[in-house]
Amino acid sequence: MTSIVVKSCGPLTSLQDWGRIGYQGFGVSPSGAMDRRCLAMANALVGNAPETAAIEFVNLGGSFVCEDGELRLALVGAGCAASINDTPVAPNTTIVLREGDTLQVGHARSGTFAYLSVAGGFQIEPQLGSLSFHQRSRLGGLNGAPLKAGDRLPCKADAQDVTPMQLPLEPLEETGPIRVMMGPQDDYFTDDAIQTFLSAEFSISPQADRMGFQLNGPQLEHAKGFNIVSDGIVDGHIQVPGSGLPIVLMRDRQTAGGYPKIAAIISADLARFAQMRPGTPVRFRAVSRDEAVAAARQMKEWMNALPSALVPLRFDLTTEHLLSTNLIGGMVDALTHKASDH
Amino acid sequence: MVQTPRFLPCGDSALTVEFGSAIDRDLNGKVLALDALLRRNPPAGLIETVPTYRSLTLQFDPTLLDYGALIHRLEEVTRDLQPQATAGTRWRVPVVYGGEYGIDLEDVARHHGLTSSKVIEIHASAVYRIYMIGFLPGFAYLGGLDPRIATSRRTQPRLKVPSGSIMIGGEQAGIVPMEMPSGWHLLGRTPVLSYAPERDPAFLFAAGDEIIFEPIDASRWDALEKAALNGEPVAERVSA
Repeated sequence: MTSIVVKSCGPLTSLQDWGRIGYQGFGVSPSGAMDRRCLAMANALVGNAPETAAIEFVNLGGSFVCEDGELRLALVGAGCAASINDTPVAPNTTIVLREGDTLQVGHARSGTFAYLSVAGGFQIEPQLGSLSFHQRSRLGGLNGAPLKAGDRLPCKADAQDVTPMQLPLEPLEETGPIRVMMGPQDDYFTDDAIQTFLSAEFSISPQADRMGFQLNGPQLEHAKGFNIVSDGIVDGHIQVPGSGLPIVLMRDRQTAGGYPKIAAIISADLARFAQMRPGTPVRFRAVSRDEAVAAARQMKEWMNALPSALVPLRFDLTTEHLLSTNLIGGMVDALTHKASDH
Repeated sequence: MVQTPRFLPCGDSALTVEFGSAIDRDLNGKVLALDALLRRNPPAGLIETVPTYRSLTLQFDPTLLDYGALIHRLEEVTRDLQPQATAGTRWRVPVVYGGEYGIDLEDVARHHGLTSSKVIEIHASAVYRIYMIGFLPGFAYLGGLDPRIATSRRTQPRLKVPSGSIMIGGEQAGIVPMEMPSGWHLLGRTPVLSYAPERDPAFLFAAGDEIIFEPIDASRWDALEKAALNGEPVAERVSA
């Protein structure tokens, strides 16, 4: 069976899709891709639905070999560069990997999370409806584990005839404060704490992982203690334990918790926040439901438009002789510039 | 007096319907009743519901859901909502208290001016109700802790608490299904695995079940742990 074989990868490399939906009532974290924008882009480049499972890289890249056939893949996110048998591949393009070829994925150069999709997705049995790996539940991925050297990921061979494409755009470039909606327990904080939360600069602490990002900055004072009877949590909820330092709960978060939650990052800004590295300064701005929903709509429209933004790759990157000629250097430069102009 | 629930925003993609702030059988019964009602007839855009002690969190796609209409419907259906009657299984769970198994037992005792054995006696004589499964797969949140040993959480959570820990935090009690971070106090440890993905059923306990704790000697730990790892429940079903 046509497979990707892992030769090497970082310890946090795992399979992630849109998440494990419908089991939070049993305490099962939804998990899923930290940056759905990049997952959707990688999937669009190989003709997949946006939520299809891909390999998620966390800071470190890896190296992979194609076995028993030919594969169409795409790598998007964190400025990671790809090369085939040491020849660079233009960013945001469909990668054609032939039997025995080695795909090298570089480390993150901006942001943290990158995604390697394969046409048709992986032929691996989902657990509780998802391939998303969740460390604490021992669910998803390959046998409930992250990826490691020697793993063989079977792929759907009949999906490998998609035309190589390029996606001449970057994820929605948004800047400025991360937008939040206040609540559900903003009434557990003093007025000063709310004002500090919405005006001060915080920074992402080194204690940032798929479960949560601890923030450094001013302490937020509770008005009536920091114990609540545990209630439901969503992606992007900002909880404040007794230390007064906020923790943003991310995809591998728990399903319920007992620290007051001052606000939640709006869904449209969650991926942008997830890509902020430790040390990155961050500010928060409160928005209305209308503004948050409008942003969610805009994000959804952007994602839905990805397939129509694809253009055929103008050069046949699969042709062996092209790869071996001097043409390749100039071509890669041209494509790189094209991609970065947008 | 009829208490109307509060509707608390959780970002643009979720809403928490809060029936109250107490750990209370009737409140929890209303949560389960609303959950059942929405599952039977879900509004367009609803993705999933998360029942907890005293609130129900609804997660939805904000681009598909009519928020105003949802609030209107929730106001209507919660007006005369009756608590759902749940009759669950009663489980007897063996616990080794104190020492390396429950490193906070002595601190908790000191905090309340009690002896360690008195804390054990108080903790093991209550009948607990499982109000919810949450935080992590199979984590059972228990109500019914004697207020005499209720203890505020640690200011800084521990990054790792061992699987099987029997712990208390505020007025809550819990059974830890797997190594996890927690700010609760560890009184003891059980070999029972409330969640084992390879076992059928993977989840041992359900919301509405009852738990009683049986203090056991540390000498029994190894044999019971082995049985649990072999897929045996180790927790015993007992009649109420």
